[in-house]
Amino acid sequence: MTDKIDSLLRGPARVVNVGLRGFADDLHRRGVAVVDVDWAPPAAGDPKLARLLARLDGDARIERANLEALDRLIGGDPVLVDVVPAGTVIPGLGERMLLHAGPPIDWPRLCGPMRGAIAGAVLLEGWAGDLSTAERLAAGGGVRLAPNHDHGAVGPMTGIITPSMPVFVVENRAFGNRAYCTLNEGLGRVMRFGGNDAGVLARLRWLADSLGPALGKALRASGGLPLKGLVARGLVMGDEMHQRNAACTSLFLRELAPALARAVPDGEHLASLFAFMAGNDQFFLNIAMAMAKAITDPIRGLAHSTIVSCLCRNGTDFAIRVAGTGDQWFTAPAAMAKGLYFPGFAEGDANPDMGDSAIVETIGLGGFAMAASPAVAGFVGAGSAADAIACTRRMGEITHGQHREWTIPNFDFAGVPLGIDIRRVVETRIQPVINTGIAHREPGVGQVGAGVVLAPLACFDQALRAFGARDWPA
Amino acid sequence: MSDFVPRNRVRRGHYVDSVTLMRLSRAAEAMDGVQRAALMIGSAANRELLRAAGLLTGDGMAAGPNDVIVAVLARDRESGEAALQAAMALLEAPAMARSGAGPWQPRSLAAASEGLAGANLALISVPGAFAAEEAWKALRRDLNVLLFSDNVPLADERALKVEADRCGLLVMGPDCGTAFIAGTPLGFANAVALGGIGIVAASGTGLQEVATLIDRHGGGLSHGIGVGGRDLDAAIGGIATLAAIAALDRDPGTMRGMLIAKPSAPAVVQRVVERLARSPKPWTFCCIGSDPWPMPAHVRQATTLVAAAEDALGGIAIGTDFDMALEAMALAARLDTDRRRIRGLYAGGTLAAEARLIIDADGGPDASRHRLTDLGDDAFTLGRPHPMLDPWVRRQPMGEALGDPTTAVLLLDVILGYGSPDDPVAPILDAVAGADSSRPVVIASVCGTERDPQVRSVQVARLAAAGVTVAPSNAHAANLAVRVVSGRAA
Repeated sequence: MTDKIDSLLRGPARVVNVGLRGFADDLHRRGVAVVDVDWAPPAAGDPKLARLLARLDGDARIERANLEALDRLIGGDPVLVDVVPAGTVIPGLGERMLLHAGPPIDWPRLCGPMRGAIAGAVLLEGWAGDLSTAERLAAGGGVRLAPNHDHGAVGPMTGIITPSMPVFVVENRAFGNRAYCTLNEGLGRVMRFGGNDAGVLARLRWLADSLGPALGKALRASGGLPLKGLVARGLVMGDEMHQRNAACTSLFLRELAPALARAVPDGEHLASLFAFMAGNDQFFLNIAMAMAKAITDPIRGLAHSTIVSCLCRNGTDFAIRVAGTGDQWFTAPAAMAKGLYFPGFAEGDANPDMGDSAIVETIGLGGFAMAASPAVAGFVGAGSAADAIACTRRMGEITHGQHREWTIPNFDFAGVPLGIDIRRVVETRIQPVINTGIAHREPGVGQVGAGVVLAPLACFDQALRAFGARDWPA
Repeated sequence: MSDFVPRNRVRRGHYVDSVTLMRLSRAAEAMDGVQRAALMIGSAANRELLRAAGLLTGDGMAAGPNDVIVAVLARDRESGEAALQAAMALLEAPAMARSGAGPWQPRSLAAASEGLAGANLALISVPGAFAAEEAWKALRRDLNVLLFSDNVPLADERALKVEADRCGLLVMGPDCGTAFIAGTPLGFANAVALGGIGIVAASGTGLQEVATLIDRHGGGLSHGIGVGGRDLDAAIGGIATLAAIAALDRDPGTMRGMLIAKPSAPAVVQRVVERLARSPKPWTFCCIGSDPWPMPAHVRQATTLVAAAEDALGGIAIGTDFDMALEAMALAARLDTDRRRIRGLYAGGTLAAEARLIIDADGGPDASRHRLTDLGDDAFTLGRPHPMLDPWVRRQPMGEALGDPTTAVLLLDVILGYGSPDDPVAPILDAVAGADSSRPVVIASVCGTERDPQVRSVQVARLAAAGVTVAPSNAHAANLAVRVVSGRAA
């Protein structure tokens, strides 16, 4: 019972210093183990939030729930099982309806690339004969819009999913749930960045008619492709699964090659499929996103848990959901990414942050796994490997724990930081770092750069207030 | 001569990842006279991007996927060429190892405790309004707490101590300035030898005075546990004091104990004395200003800090080589007869309290003519630094006391050690140097050890050289001051 006092007196003292820095310096000079906290008033001095944090810190119900959330996130067993048209599998995706990235939004508030993508999608589905008619139809409410996240799905950037688009199907075999994401269209002018010209639509049709069915056939024949181990290998090979998917794309192709060869007897056809996938380092991103959605859905609605179940944005709003507050959205204006731009483009061309892809940060990848991927560290400051490691360490301050299987060799084989705890974000004001592509603000232009964006604190403050009001009234 | 014509150069057979190239592009674009710049691998898609941006020339067109295209659009030919050359040089420059973000510093107690394996103590010195909450976080993470912060509400102190007691943890403080744990000085503390004497103390400077006296006379400390000035109040009930006594009883390195208390709630003191009575070890009970308390045989009572140190050291006498009567006579002889007052200016609260008691008891029939000020008292630290942090806050009142024709003795404490200023003596030397030869006498005690960063003997020598009389302890200094003024009519 008193062994904690006795062990202090047995020494040596191992000290956490909170406050005057000189005390830590004195101890350090004397060789005493000390960690100095870079302290600031919790919640930036907001007294109400600070009081709420005090009530929620160390609460046994929350700690139990968060432990359960971590177990579910780590215990997920995501397997890529199929590729099929979205309309045949996505629950609730009805006629004249399409899904988009981020939280719910009405047409008048939609950003340029989102409008461009929706118009293109309407054309793709044959609901209108030309782009201007398509846009009028969508603006007039003739097409129903709904967030991917409410339909078991995710999509990068604009994240548009129409009934005819092929989607990856990832099954979480530990919990029996499924999640969906479109196929990556490649680089250049693409619908996920708001592209909607004839070339964009033709590629989408090719994905639906050619690549999608072939991948589906191969996956069904192979019995599915387990993803957890594949991602673990990708991390070791320098991917963080958001900005960089070069290793995982290669691993995926290697794993699928025999089954795909059997599924596509025509050599030239097979070659064209491989050439398309191999020509795009980011091909695996959409698989990683479906995987992340399949992993996080089992914590949705987990009572008393302060762990974030999704981060997403629609180009206008940034939004989060928290396990313990179910499907309630907490939104703030989408931020502008800080990044590097393609030639001819600059910050003034950029659209605010967009896409469901931040779902990978929700499971400890992307910006959270920056240490695994020094190659992308250039987006976060000076670009040194030390910066990448510092980024992952900082994310470790706002997560409940770390992944046991997804480890990072040059981070002393520590696991990726997992389970964003809104209490820690509100207290420390450390914002989740999200790696992201940057879209042009006008529809139809496409990607103009890549960088990082910080999740807005206002979402987390709101979420904590709502969480507290639910079960911990003052 | 303005042209804005794109210029390309191609570095053949050179692969650099695209992120690095984008960073180099930004650097090139920042060069003088450059409107746009891009470095890209010469793939078909990239060539198309460059073409669309108006940056591609025939040279770049001919590049392939194993080449890097350096493209520049500049104000004139000279700046364009300069930028191309600089960009090519950047491309060849070896990567520099950078120290990057430096050592990681956590932003929260939660992260810090997770980052330090085996952490067993949180040292908290944030502003009082936030201190209790940080202490709660520490307790929840199984850390003992040293709460240096003051202005912590009494209700918070009680709740923290009750919870700590329930969890088998110790809360030292609030307003705990000093502790020694297993040879480690914490907060304002001195470099004191390890030994068999374990101390539980309400106050900071009281603990420092006793610890340094013990060290200077051949003894050593096992631990010095501060419990905060209010622990023996009725509202707290001595929770931390009782836990600390029990811990020292269990500690095999502690041969004998000492409790330093301030006058407190009798019922609480009664409980503490009853607890000491059950201890298997000998104890010294030092309650400054308290009447003798009925004690069991193995608990001996002392009324000054120096007496407590003497008892803990086995009954030796401290200051035997200091001839109090002779010193007093010599000092008194220097003073005009109308100088009759003692003026004390203290940095240490408990040292001030001890001096005041000695002067009140022995300062003659009209002791109230003497004036002692604790400059560390809340009334003086509002909007001003504590004199233990900034010794110069004493400079002005020292000058006034030295210039006052009724002052006989200026009585001072000097506190050395970790946390204390590098040169706490300088303001005293400055004040004395500024006074004329008919000034009052200056008597000081120096709380410190030879291994303290300021080195006690060095500071004593500087004071002596300036004509300041250095007494072997605070109690000696106060006694000497009383003797100097005794016999002078009120």
